[in-house]
Amino acid sequence: MANAVILPTLSMIDQLPLLTIAVPLIAGPLCVIFGNRHIAWGLAFLSSLLAFLFSGHMLLQVIDGDVLSYHLGGWAPPLGIEYRVDAANAFVLFLISGISTVVLPYARQSVAHEIKKVSHTLFYCCYLLCFTGLLGVVVTGDAFNVFVFLEISSLSTYVLIAMGAERDRRALTAAYDYLILGTIGATFFVIGIGFLYIATGTLNMADLAVRLADMGDNRTVQAGFAFIVVGMGLKAAIYPLHLWLPGAYTYAPSVVTVFLAATATKAAIYVLLRFMFSVFQPDFVFELHTLTWIIMPLAILAMFAASLIAAFQTDLKRLLAYSSVAQVGYMILGIGLATKTSLSATIIHLFNHGITKAVLFMVVGAFVMRVGSSFTKNLNGLGKQMPWTCTAFVIGGLSLIGVPGTAGFISKWLLIDASLKADLWWLAMLIVMSSLLAVVYVWKAVEVLYMQQPDEGSSAKEVPMSMLLPMWIMAIACVYFGLNTDLTLTSASVAANSLLGGGVQ
Amino acid sequence: MRHHLLLRVITKLLVGPILLFALYVQFHGDYSPGGGFQAGVIFAVAFILFGIVFGLAKVKQVFPPWLVHKLAALGVLIYAGTGVYSLMLGSTYLNYSAFTPAHPEHGQHWGILVVELGVGVTVAAVMVAIYYAFAARPPVIHDEEW
Amino acid sequence: MEFILGHLNYWLFIVLMMIGFYIVVARGNYIKKIVGLNVFQASVFMFYISIGKVDGGTAPIFPTDMNIDPNVVYSNPLPHVLILTAIVVGIATTSLGLALIVRIREEFGTIEEDEILEIESKLQAEENSAEGPAMGGRA
Repeated sequence: MANAVILPTLSMIDQLPLLTIAVPLIAGPLCVIFGNRHIAWGLAFLSSLLAFLFSGHMLLQVIDGDVLSYHLGGWAPPLGIEYRVDAANAFVLFLISGISTVVLPYARQSVAHEIKKVSHTLFYCCYLLCFTGLLGVVVTGDAFNVFVFLEISSLSTYVLIAMGAERDRRALTAAYDYLILGTIGATFFVIGIGFLYIATGTLNMADLAVRLADMGDNRTVQAGFAFIVVGMGLKAAIYPLHLWLPGAYTYAPSVVTVFLAATATKAAIYVLLRFMFSVFQPDFVFELHTLTWIIMPLAILAMFAASLIAAFQTDLKRLLAYSSVAQVGYMILGIGLATKTSLSATIIHLFNHGITKAVLFMVVGAFVMRVGSSFTKNLNGLGKQMPWTCTAFVIGGLSLIGVPGTAGFISKWLLIDASLKADLWWLAMLIVMSSLLAVVYVWKAVEVLYMQQPDEGSSAKEVPMSMLLPMWIMAIACVYFGLNTDLTLTSASVAANSLLGGGVQ
Repeated sequence: MRHHLLLRVITKLLVGPILLFALYVQFHGDYSPGGGFQAGVIFAVAFILFGIVFGLAKVKQVFPPWLVHKLAALGVLIYAGTGVYSLMLGSTYLNYSAFTPAHPEHGQHWGILVVELGVGVTVAAVMVAIYYAFAARPPVIHDEEW
Repeated sequence: MEFILGHLNYWLFIVLMMIGFYIVVARGNYIKKIVGLNVFQASVFMFYISIGKVDGGTAPIFPTDMNIDPNVVYSNPLPHVLILTAIVVGIATTSLGLALIVRIREEFGTIEEDEILEIESKLQAEENSAEGPAMGGRA
């Protein structure tokens, strides 16, 4: 190394990509050091709020197409690890940290109710590590670093899910199943990265994109692509690879379900997007075949099969979990169409579905707290006893269906628009038809809540304000982003542009 | 293992050298093979060996579980804190050269030493914590089931 | 023959990977599944380490006086570093999986997948007794 290294002095603003990760990462062990559950909650909330502010600021910086690049340890890419923030990841970071900031006030009462007191500190520590991992997956520009952060978030997720064992012992087997499948997925991803490294000799995503541009016929690269898609597909719960999801979401503590449903699969979808459209170019013939003949049919299958299964569930949590699988189908469909509009639709749906599912799972968490169960047979007539909670559920449900005026409508409308532009009118029909299936399962819950008489002797009452408020913030966000689409539409189209590198229209 | 005199004597003799060797591996990690991961595991081995021979209760007196948990967290904080320090000096995260701007190499030495120390503390604590977690469970498998 | 011997590390990687994968899928015992997962991961570690080898390369350590001989070929250390991280992740996964198995054994009294499935389907039948057997189940 040269003797006189001139060190540039960086301001706090330049450090933002790192600080977003570092703040929750440091807050996690601090929780354990202090060992007090109130301090732990405070630290979790504070660091999540800071991460939210940081990512909001970054989103404003990159919304006009700029790219922030941060060199970890002063090692310049492609050798060093680079944190690279453009509109696509800034938007996903904004979603993840925003959801976490709203979920944590809700978590306080819900966690106190569902998890025994000694475990609270460790719960918040694991939560923060999971949060760090998800943010890290999104922010990093280094392919292997994605794996490391992915495993940080996954390992803490397994622990968080297993904490549901106090309510139902099946949480343990659900966590175990997820551990096996999640590890297989992550290992597949590493194999894929290894193949790309053999072929190109680099791990930096931007550098990979340049070197892969004229290697479309290379078998190693094709195998690497397949491994990455399957590995990340497992994490994102693409339809036939979704088997871990319903159990994990059903038996995890309510807060964990809210957080995971709104963020974890979204981070995996983002990685898929990044690899499919930034690292590999869409004109890579092998990829186009994959998109048309594998990804699209699976997406359509997910939309119908998972919605149909959801309609037959008796447990509201499991019902919503299957609905999540179906909604992932819409996002994958946007990827499969591979046009700029469809990518915007995917990114918007990522965001809108995140807030929608957050409302719905928060409501179910409130039911678990007051009724002690999320089975429809125990929820009779709660509409009268918990009016605010149930209204939030209706708003969330409408957004899930995609009724005009809610966030869900915007993303589905964009998706239909994209399929019409691609001259696939039958696809647009299928999207509308699968939305009708969503009506079936949402109505099933609404009917129980409003049309049935309350059970005799039921004394359920409204949940405390600290849980109602986050629920309603999300519900209002569902309506707000359905009426005012400035933020989401602009971010999504800039994000789609930066993913595609401005190449394909 | 109360009646295994040989094992008990040898363990008593071995624990010290093992700890010393762990420290050797730890602090020579930047010149020769070694470093925090290996040293941490070797360090934990001393406690695990002691626990196996003298019983869980004894080793928990020496190294109580609450301390194990705090140390595991402390190691991460040492690592992350090194990065924060370089950050406060106006450089990028974990850029050790910032510690001694006149002599970047010295900074690199200091940085890797402190970071490896953090790694070592965490790995040792986590290994012992894993041992405690499994050893502290009441045996549910009866002899005839083996 | 050249095709087989020249790619020996890839063949071993594939065989080991398939053995591990098969154990994970086909065995019903939870501990055996974890063992399979470890074999599966180990195959990937070996794959990475083997691609770091450069023909005729030596250990990538520069002499202390920094007099680098341009004719010396060094092996690629990067895959080793990556795998060091992956090994640590593997250990964490294994210990977490085993810890879960201990808890499962305490709660269910067995670690055989088919017996646990039976217990779970009974639980599910009780939950749904009011509405008849439901679709889905443990999926």
